Amino acid sequence: MIPISWYLILAAALFSIGLFGVLARKNAVAILLGVELMLNAVNINLVTFWRYNAPETVTGQVFAIIVFAVAAAEVAVGLALIISIYRNRNTIVADDLDMMKW
Amino acid sequence: METTNLIWLLPLPPLLAFFIIVLFTNKSNKLSHIVGVSAAALSWAGAMVVFFRALGVDHFGEHPFTDSIPWLPLGDGWLEIGVRIDPLSAAVLFFVGITIFMIFLYSVGYHNFGQPKGDHDKQGLPPHGATVEDEHGHKHTVPSVEPMYARFFAFIGLFAAGMYTLVISDNLLTLFVGWEIMGLCSYLLIGFWFAKKSARNAGIKAFMTTRIGDVFMLLGLAFLYTATGSLSYEVIFSEATLHALAATPAFWGLSAAGAIGLLLFIGAVGKSAQWPLHVWLPDAMEGPTPVSAMIHAATMVSAGVYMTIRIFPLFSAGWDHHTLTPAMSVIAFIGAFTALFAATIAIAQNDVKGVLAYSTISQLGFMMAAIGIGAYVAAAFHLITHAFFKALLFLGSGSVIHGMEHGVLHTGDHSVDPQDMRNMGGLAKKMPITFWTFLIGGFALSGFPIVTAGFWSKDEIFADAFAHHNYTVFIVLAIAAFLTAFYTMRQITMTFLGDAKTPEAEHAHETNWTMTTPLVVLAFFAVTFGWVGIPEDFMNLSLPTNWFHSFVGHTLPHPMAAPEFSWIPLLTSLAVSLGGLGLGYLTYRNFKAGAVDPMRKILGPVYHFIENKYYFDEAYDYLFVKPATWISEVFTNKMDQGVIDGILHSFGAISFSIGSTIRNQFDTPVINRFIGDGSAEVVQIFGRWLRKAQTGRIQQYMLSALGVLFIIFIALYYLVLA
Repeated sequence: MIPISWYLILAAALFSIGLFGVLARKNAVAILLGVELMLNAVNINLVTFWRYNAPETVTGQVFAIIVFAVAAAEVAVGLALIISIYRNRNTIVADDLDMMKW
Repeated sequence: METTNLIWLLPLPPLLAFFIIVLFTNKSNKLSHIVGVSAAALSWAGAMVVFFRALGVDHFGEHPFTDSIPWLPLGDGWLEIGVRIDPLSAAVLFFVGITIFMIFLYSVGYHNFGQPKGDHDKQGLPPHGATVEDEHGHKHTVPSVEPMYARFFAFIGLFAAGMYTLVISDNLLTLFVGWEIMGLCSYLLIGFWFAKKSARNAGIKAFMTTRIGDVFMLLGLAFLYTATGSLSYEVIFSEATLHALAATPAFWGLSAAGAIGLLLFIGAVGKSAQWPLHVWLPDAMEGPTPVSAMIHAATMVSAGVYMTIRIFPLFSAGWDHHTLTPAMSVIAFIGAFTALFAATIAIAQNDVKGVLAYSTISQLGFMMAAIGIGAYVAAAFHLITHAFFKALLFLGSGSVIHGMEHGVLHTGDHSVDPQDMRNMGGLAKKMPITFWTFLIGGFALSGFPIVTAGFWSKDEIFADAFAHHNYTVFIVLAIAAFLTAFYTMRQITMTFLGDAKTPEAEHAHETNWTMTTPLVVLAFFAVTFGWVGIPEDFMNLSLPTNWFHSFVGHTLPHPMAAPEFSWIPLLTSLAVSLGGLGLGYLTYRNFKAGAVDPMRKILGPVYHFIENKYYFDEAYDYLFVKPATWISEVFTNKMDQGVIDGILHSFGAISFSIGSTIRNQFDTPVINRFIGDGSAEVVQIFGRWLRKAQTGRIQQYMLSALGVLFIIFIALYYLVLA
């Protein structure tokens, strides 16, 4: 059986890639993509810990499915916001969206 | 009803009428006069019942109607007030009731009830007339209704209540209450047309002048109460009290009784307009004519004489029926002097009411002189006959003025004064009822022999003065009576006889029934009332007993005998009245419009002096009014504004300077600079510095959050796990 650390390393790598995307990209869609990657890294962690620690229950799977649902909803709202911003401002570069700045 | 209960109720109807009119019916002229007149009628009816029941009592003087209730609890007992109708007050009640009722009725017509509202009448001004259009389309100016009609009835209602209170009182305190109610009402009614400056001033003058008398009267009451412990007639006129008071010396050689009597008399001098406090009465003519009748005949001035007759036992205490007591001499002097003095002024008056005003002062002087020489009954008799004929004359003059105003409205020439006798003449044909009743009143005033009431009462005063050897008073009064007859005839001749002197007089016409009925009723009494007081030995005939003398005389415990008949006073009386009347007619019968008054030619510069009322108004103005104004001004400008306001202002200035010092030295530099502005500046500096962190870039925030997270993790790792 594949040791648990492999899964955790994969998840950590995926999380770091997502975090980098969120922090480094200027495009709002890309930032959203980064967030999705971080969420999926969490999912991998959840499923891994469930499989290795308490395979007799379904809690880990259920948790993962709830995260999917939340992520889907979040993407839907987030993309709608971005489209709305694009229509109004003709840009989706995060740095240009500075209306609330002093 | 029990008579005493009825007496208690006498002042109530007019008082209630006052409140009803003021509170409820003041919007309706009709309701108001119904309430007012019926209240007067009710009180009159009650007064008549009381009077006739009094006639039915044997020895009424010893058994008067009395009743009293405890009113104010004092330290050692009660102050009692009550009612008392003895022969004197019964007789007074008789004329008060009827004259008040007649005046109420007269006021309905005088204030033009039923006429349209005036075109430009305002409250506080006499009505100016209204324009109406008849069926042919002609415009007429007719008299307009008084704008404050309801208010007038409220005021005279209160006035009547005051008079009834005064008459039925059994003590000087409630008498004083009624006295002051009338003082207030006279102020309100003289100044009834308050938009006229002259009326306003006259009201103030009347109030202030009578106030001088009232203050002394109050002093007298206080003195009396201190000396005897009571103000009730029963106690203060008892023999023991009078003896004690007569034996107590007071000041200036007067006994306590005399001093109290004189102090109270000064109150009467104010109220009855005797010299030197007479100045208010002629000015009181500014009020509506029924008020003049009310004040000058039925109530207020009579109240002064009534009170003086009442307190006769006080100032005559110790009188031996030969030499007058000092107090009596003073009263006789003031009375006789006033009688002559006012009669001379009346000669030169041209205002139809002005003549009557001075004649009232003069006649009141007669009464005072009569009391002063101890002619108790004669004074009371003259008081009553005078009330009738003077009410008649005033109401008659009101009727004349009303007729003249009609003429003025007809011609539209408002420059003609409807009160000036020089504008009248020939009114006898235009206003027959007014003329004949006025003639009766005038003859009664002059003392026309035998038929008129004034003759009998005046004759009794002469007879008393002569019989008691008060020849000075006798002569002075005889001259005054001569002048009275003269100016009365002058007035009648100028007003009613001869030709009309102006177109207005030609267009005057008779007034309506509410005004003429009172004239006829009063004229009846002005003639017949004298017959109740015919001396039984008149012209040495043996006539029936002098009813009035025996009735009223028994008010005193020891009635004075009527003076013996003597031809000298009778002949004097005849000579002065007929002589005065005849001379008056002869002098003025050819008086033409615009001509110089015949008396001006005869008297020369003296006439000028008389015409200006001996400059009493001017003298008082210089002596009292101007100094009072000057003192007030000094006090206002120097004392109040300079000293008092200066002190107050300096308090203000001191507080202000302390305040501004604190502000400049402490508040502004310390509190504001360091604490207020300082803290704000510190916050501002930090804000300015810190806001650089707020870049608005979400990724930078996340990066810093990540950094902080790392620091926390590292800290946790080293602090907790290691």
